[in-house]
This record gives sequence, structure tokens and C-alpha cells, in this order.
Amino acid sequence: MRSGVIAKKMGMTRVFNDEGAHIPVTVLQLQECQVVAQRTGERDGYSALQLGAGAAKVKRVSKAERERFAKASVTPKKKLIEFRVAEDNLIDVGSEITADHFVNGQKVDVSGISIGKGFAGAMKRHNFGGLRATHGVSISHRSHGSTGQCQDPGKVFKGKKMAGHMGAKRVTTQNLEVVRVDVDRGLVLVLGAVPGPEGGWIEIRDAVKGIGVDEVPMPGAFRAPGAEDKKSAAKAEAEAPAENEAEAADAAADADGSEDKGGEE
Amino acid sequence: MNVIEQLEKEEAARVLGGKTIPDFSAGDTVTVGVWIREGERQRVQRFEGVCIARNGGGLNESFTVRKLSFGEGVERVFPLYSPMIESIEVKRKGKVRRAKLYYLRNLRGKKARITERTTGRADSEGIVGEAPAAAPEETAAK
Repeated sequence: MRSGVIAKKMGMTRVFNDEGAHIPVTVLQLQECQVVAQRTGERDGYSALQLGAGAAKVKRVSKAERERFAKASVTPKKKLIEFRVAEDNLIDVGSEITADHFVNGQKVDVSGISIGKGFAGAMKRHNFGGLRATHGVSISHRSHGSTGQCQDPGKVFKGKKMAGHMGAKRVTTQNLEVVRVDVDRGLVLVLGAVPGPEGGWIEIRDAVKGIGVDEVPMPGAFRAPGAEDKKSAAKAEAEAPAENEAEAADAAADADGSEDKGGEE
Repeated sequence: MNVIEQLEKEEAARVLGGKTIPDFSAGDTVTVGVWIREGERQRVQRFEGVCIARNGGGLNESFTVRKLSFGEGVERVFPLYSPMIESIEVKRKGKVRRAKLYYLRNLRGKKARITERTTGRADSEGIVGEAPAAAPEETAAK
């Protein structure tokens, strides 16, 4: 089992294929998706990778969290998610996963928090048909109707579909096809819709029902910490100082931390 | 520019591949060259008629062309950035006062005429550049 990635939903657009058909795609972006910690069998009882994505403001990260990120020498992250992986597919802490982790044409499962719909009736929430428009129905045209039998069970069965809160829960869409990947900008274009609002955090994993291609990079496609082998030298140079600055900012923030604390108290 | 806009711009450029889309609007008579695949070979089919509407914007833009075929009205909707479009040629500029000429569907004969616009916007000679690779295939098909 290979690691998934954390991505941000940017929105939907279309691309044209060679046959001239247009393909609706959702654009997902990897934003500094780095390995923050490893879970190993001997220490934790299971093997997994903790990934982090997005840049969090240093002053809004608690000191304990900051220390954790500092230990892994990564910039503070907005979103942390664990992905179960096989023991031999663990990736070093600090590695940044790149978009070519996924291959064109492969199938992926995509999870996200769906858009909240609030308190919704049975028609919207469970696709009930509602009641008739005429023939004596009054006021309850959109109600769910009967909820059960008579005195014999004498209760409404658990799990009965009724009105209630809809959306804002974790939804996984299976077997979406990867249409295109863009390593430089960290984009993964996935065919069709993806749960959640634009700007929401999305988990992309290899499809559990089969990825549909022969080969994917094992244990994954990533830039090792420090060694920017995949990038051009110029880009690596541009990035290296940025990282240093981030670390410096980190350290400065740590130093400031005590002062801030004093001020708040 | 956000990522989506950037992607759409790139996709539009990729699909056009150096060609340009002529400036045309509802009321203009256009000829659209469409790639048709018949088994192995490809050829270009011309569809000439009045553009009665342009819909959407950017990469999502499409236009509707209406013509009379054997006395029967035929409308075809083309995505503006479709790779299936080989060329768009503006034959005649029309003088109309609406953006959508759906009223033409109810008219025929003399009433469905559109007078030519001779003034106003410069007549664009813009023709979607002939795809160099396409030309020999086309002749071969003939």
C-alpha cells in the first residue's frame, strides 16, 4: 500500500482530448505536501505516514506543534493527515510529495468534507417522493409520510431515513480517473466532481478497487529533503533560501513565543 | 491570475495551436470546417449558416449555427475551442439588434433575411489559420 496525498480543491474546468470531446475535470493542487512524521510497526503498532499540507501562520501554531514541525524540519502545516502505508513504502520525514505521484489514466479514490446543507427534509436528504399535490393532502406535501407499522413493533426502527442534518460529513468518491498531472505547479486533474467546496482539503489515494495502470512510482514520487534533485538548479536555489528563511522565522517565532506569552498574561 | 484561469488560458492556446478565432457575432454568416472521422481517415465537412447565438465565455464558449437544409431548419452548436473545428470563416456580417436570434426559428423565406452590415465594426478578414498538416489530408479525402 502506497501513501496518498493531501491536496486543495481549486475548482473545476474542462480539457479537450484528442478525439475532440471535452472532459470535465476538477483541479486539485498539492501545496507543500510534506511528510511530517512516520508511524512504524515497532513503535506505534502500525505503519503510516503523517503528511502535512498548506502553510500555517507560525504565530497561530501552538508552541508544542511548532516544536513538532521543527523536529521534522518542515514548515508549519495547516492540515495533517495520516495515510496507512506498507512498512517498505515509508518515505523519509521532510520529503515533499510531487504531483507525478499519480500517473495519467490511473484510478484514484478522493475524500473530502462535503458542502453542508443544514437541516434538510426527507425529499432533499434521501430523495423521498413526498406526498401528493392534491387529493386531500394538506400542508404536508414535502413530508416523509409514514415512519413504520402499528402496535406490533410499536416503535420507529433505528436508522429510519428522516429529515435532519445533511452534508458537512466525510464523503469518498471512488474510481476517479487522473486526466493530467502538472509537477511544476503541483496540479492533479481528476475526471469529474470531487466532494467538498473549493478551497477544501482533499485526500487522494490509489483506488482500492484497482488503479487501472501497470506502474505507479513506488514508494512514491517526492523530493527528498535538502536534495532538490527533481528541480532545476536555479529553482532549487530559489527554494533553498526560502526554506532557510522559513526556518529562521520559525526560530524567531519560537524566541518571540515567550514574550508573546508574557504580553498576553 | 488564479490556477483555473491559468489552466483555461493554456488549454485554449493548446487547442488552437497558433490559429486565431475570427471576430464574429450573432447575425453573421459563417462557414465552419469540422473534422469528421470515417473509420481510419479524416476529412473536413463544411457547415455554413447564420450564427444565431454565442454562449458562455472563455474556454467554455460555444456558438450556434443555423441553416436551412432541404427546407428543414438545422442548428448545430459548436464549442468555440473544440479541436474538431478546423476553421471558422466569416462570409458576411449581418445587421441585427439582438444577441440571440432565436426568433429566426419561427421565420422563413423573405422574413428570415438579415441585412448586411456595411459600416461599423471593421470587417475582420480573420480566418482560422489553415492547419498546415490538415491541407494534404483534405485534398486526399477529395
